[in-house]
Amino acid sequence: MFLECDNVVRTRAIARGSGMNLVRHFNNSHHFENYRDLLLVLLKKEMKVRYTNKMLGYLWSVASPLAFAFVYYIAFQVVMQVPIPNYPLFLLSGLLPWQWFSNSVDSAPQLFLNNAPIIKKVNFPRDIISMAVVLNHMTHFFLSLPVIVVFLLVFQKLPSVHWVYGIPLLMVVQAAMVHGITLILATFNLFLRDIERLVSILLNLVFYFTPILYSVELIPTQYRHLIFFNPVAPLMVNWRNMLMDGTLDWGYLVVSLGYSLLFLGLGYVVYRKLSWRFAEVV
Amino acid sequence: MREPIISFQRVSKSYPIYHRIGGIKNLLFNFPHNLRAFKQERFEALRDISFEVYRGERFGIIGYNGAGKSTTLGLIAGVIQPTQGKVSVRGRISPLLALGAGFHPELSGRENIELNGILMGLTRRQVRAKMEEIIDFAEMREFIDNPIRIYSTGMTARLGFSVVAHLDPEILLIDEVLSVGDIRFRQKCKDKLLSFHRDVTIVLVTHSVNQLLQLCDRAMWIENHVVKMIGDAKEVAEAYQQQTREQTRGNLSLNHNQGLPLKAAAGSPAAPIELQAKAE
Repeated sequence: MFLECDNVVRTRAIARGSGMNLVRHFNNSHHFENYRDLLLVLLKKEMKVRYTNKMLGYLWSVASPLAFAFVYYIAFQVVMQVPIPNYPLFLLSGLLPWQWFSNSVDSAPQLFLNNAPIIKKVNFPRDIISMAVVLNHMTHFFLSLPVIVVFLLVFQKLPSVHWVYGIPLLMVVQAAMVHGITLILATFNLFLRDIERLVSILLNLVFYFTPILYSVELIPTQYRHLIFFNPVAPLMVNWRNMLMDGTLDWGYLVVSLGYSLLFLGLGYVVYRKLSWRFAEVV
Repeated sequence: MREPIISFQRVSKSYPIYHRIGGIKNLLFNFPHNLRAFKQERFEALRDISFEVYRGERFGIIGYNGAGKSTTLGLIAGVIQPTQGKVSVRGRISPLLALGAGFHPELSGRENIELNGILMGLTRRQVRAKMEEIIDFAEMREFIDNPIRIYSTGMTARLGFSVVAHLDPEILLIDEVLSVGDIRFRQKCKDKLLSFHRDVTIVLVTHSVNQLLQLCDRAMWIENHVVKMIGDAKEVAEAYQQQTREQTRGNLSLNHNQGLPLKAAAGSPAAPIELQAKAE
């Protein structure tokens, strides 16, 4: 999709409304190397902004899941006595991937708005902005995995060899899902500016409907199948199993892959249909 | 005849007035009304514009605020699509970004040069090859590795111009930005623009008669969303200034500078800003 030869003459023809409208740009195609560099430079920008003060930046970014894990531990195990062994580890292995998801989705509506100045002036593939942000959050998640290792050791466990394929697999599934959702939200938010409020409310709901604070086994049997209607639940359950025990439920994986392809597809449909209007509305 | 590098054929552009819809809440609770409003209330930015720009030309677009100049530039850059008509552009476009547009405050000058160049369609290798030249032209060697947030407005502008000017532009789009920076650097920019050999096409949007006269061969005057005049830069500048002067005389009879002859205006670099202020 992005592969275009350097000298290929690109013709865009857009027909809509009454009559034919044509815009043609010849020899103005962004070729592969440019796409790659654009992605790298934008990624570097994101990383740099986040980790300006390197060590401190890193501490800050793991501080938030740790703090939440601590609070949930007090509330649910110390006070309410949830019958889950190794609860701090259990919480953290769900919270870290969740943070990746929720941070990305939470910032998604603002994505194109924040880049308004360049969107107005330069014609470049705007989906690359989303890719860069997704990769940034992904890298950041990856960098927080040592925290899990520390907790595993504390609870006298070891990282599993299955991580070698499990973690990349789940990362790809989640990255695709997040990219799709980001494209949808970022695009729609240009036209309907209150989407961002809706998103933060929805994220809160989804968090409690996802087995992160509790395990799937704690859900009453008659409701257990409902987690399949939650696009992130199978993914998060898999993450936790993989991080804690090195196991992967292939059924859950297929379901989450389905959801992520669905979001990715929808994201690109929405983006393709509306991206020509971005410069008018940002 | 030379090859047209940009051509507009009967191009019209109108925008729906998006802010009418507002948000989901408004959309849901006021749906039929909004749909009607969305269909009917359109803002017309350009009506039936046709022109051609040839390779190597320096083409000026002049007009009052809100006439449709920036929309024209947006159409050339390909960031917006016409409602009617046909736009064709042959060549890589280098938009001179408005102050700081392609720049990120946390990145260093060097990194911003890279980001900017790549946004314009070059590769990192190409940008790096020109890096030193860009830094020298912008006269920023001592600050280039500092984050750009500490730069002054003038420094950012210098960097911005330097980037586009050195990255082998084919079609250079300049939107008003030449009016920043001190006089000396402005002159340097103009000299640089004039020094491009005749492969580089320049489209300059301005409301300064002066810049038009100094930099352009041909010009188009847009007024009230239609083309009022296309032709030799000098003739367009004269007609534009004539009208500006008449309108000013009509509006502000107190102003004693209104009779400023064209030659005097063209000679002093500070004059067009005053003229433009009066025109509005």
